[in-house]
Amino acid sequence: MRNSFLDTLYELARQDDRIVFITGDLGFRVVEKFMENIPKQFLNAGVAEQNMTGIAAGMALSGKISLTYSIANFPTLRCLEQIRNDVCYHDANVKIVSVGGGFAYGAMSVTHHAMEDLGVMRCLPNLTVVAPGDPVETRAATRAIIAHKGPVYFRLGKAGEPTVHTGEIDFKIGRAIQLRDGKDATLISTGGMLWTANQVAETLAADGIEIRVLSMHTLKPLDTEAVLTAARETGAIFTLEEHSIVGGLGSAVAELLAEQLGLKIPFKRLGVANSFSPHIGSQDYMLAQHGLTPEAIIRNMKDLLQAIS
Amino acid sequence: MSHPENISISEFARRIRKHVIQMTSRANSSHIGSCLSMTDILATLYGKILKFDAKRPDWSERDRLLLSKGHGCAALYAALAETGYFPKEWLDTYYLNGTHLAGHATHKGTPGVELSTGSLGHALPVACGMTLAGKRDGKSYRAFVILSDGECDEGSNWEAALFAPHHKLDNLVVIIDYNKIQSLGRVKEVIDLDPLPDKWHAFGWGVREIDGHDLNALDEALTAVPLKADRPSCIVAHTVKGKGVSFMEDKLLWHYTAPKGDELPKALAEIEAAK
Repeated sequence: MRNSFLDTLYELARQDDRIVFITGDLGFRVVEKFMENIPKQFLNAGVAEQNMTGIAAGMALSGKISLTYSIANFPTLRCLEQIRNDVCYHDANVKIVSVGGGFAYGAMSVTHHAMEDLGVMRCLPNLTVVAPGDPVETRAATRAIIAHKGPVYFRLGKAGEPTVHTGEIDFKIGRAIQLRDGKDATLISTGGMLWTANQVAETLAADGIEIRVLSMHTLKPLDTEAVLTAARETGAIFTLEEHSIVGGLGSAVAELLAEQLGLKIPFKRLGVANSFSPHIGSQDYMLAQHGLTPEAIIRNMKDLLQAIS
Repeated sequence: MSHPENISISEFARRIRKHVIQMTSRANSSHIGSCLSMTDILATLYGKILKFDAKRPDWSERDRLLLSKGHGCAALYAALAETGYFPKEWLDTYYLNGTHLAGHATHKGTPGVELSTGSLGHALPVACGMTLAGKRDGKSYRAFVILSDGECDEGSNWEAALFAPHHKLDNLVVIIDYNKIQSLGRVKEVIDLDPLPDKWHAFGWGVREIDGHDLNALDEALTAVPLKADRPSCIVAHTVKGKGVSFMEDKLLWHYTAPKGDELPKALAEIEAAK
């Protein structure tokens, strides 16, 4: 995802000199082409995320489309108030990009586990929150967030995620992409869990359980229509995210469902418990420890589906 | 350009002080001392130094004034009203229900306020972004940031202080309203900043130390920027909290209290008598 993002952004930046890519001293071997070929559109702000975010706001308020770039929690939590006041309140055209959302840096320990970013960012007024599901969505989403006027939080995985979409996609901010249809339940995924969601649906299909899969690449504004249609047309709703079950996709969907008069829909959030992970290891290892493998997700889903049948 | 016509900088400063005293008294709001310590700085900037057009607040070539110490906004609003950004009657609504003029500098609905501040340590990074963008676009505008002394405790200011000289932002000017009193006491007792000019000098800024109530010194320093070639400028302005009203001067109490009863006419009379 990181490379899909940077390649697309570089292409866009070559055509639009308002685009300024600002890094918090990260991106070894991936940001050099910005530095060397379009130096006026590149800035290394150093290891200083508060200043980086303020600079991005100041440049945006002077006509630029600025992006801040760092890993895990550094471009979000470290400089939260700069995002809130300088970027969001001024509706500054800043795109905050985090690579390594979730457990991408699992072995780097808790400081590098981005588990609360979506929830925290989702609370901020004026901020659009996008977490694409695979490299195809990432390329389309990069174009969309640059075209979108206003603050965006863009949460990416790291590199090497599998491609899920096999053909063209119609990507629009705020509109979920239906990956496959089914009537028994809907599995709504955000970010890099999309591949897992697809695996889960394929396996369940072999057992005769038909799952609708939605890629909710935009967490805010949430595609409420897609969620409510799924609630009407399918038997249960599951949300899946590489994030705490508090505050992110699961919370957003729960908030929506809970306020629908007369709607009774079995619902479960699949994600990471709201505690600091005691585990250290690769992304796959961490996901397995937290019940986010296809097998564990299937067990979880079957439990609920059997309980309601 | 829309500097106030036919009045001296000292008269402009007097008007700002009178507005501030009336505004804070009417609203029973805090921070009068912080407004009065930086009034002469503001009067010099809006009276002579800044390039702006009050009728076109978003004119892209304008100099930017960012009030990092957003709690001093009553003085900023007064300067903006006096220079024609909005009607002076607005000042009567300061801090009252339904007003545009909030108790911290707020850009929404208030022409001339470049940046909403109130949380300290935000404006200097933003000004770095504005001046860097200006340089890269070949524009000649400058950014002036008024910092309080207390907010020099904020690490974000020092992140920006490192950044600006490295990027040769000679179009950036910081003015520190060094009135020596912060929220809970004397700066020296809370977190001592001295030697403050040396710190900025060591970070690579052009630095000048002046009496922040000496209008000639202010004019001279602000006209002389950049103080060092290819470098941002830092003017450490020694000021007095509550300057201009004898019973408010250099007293922590007036960070919080508004003039009540006969304090109001007494304060206004002192400002008037200083002509």
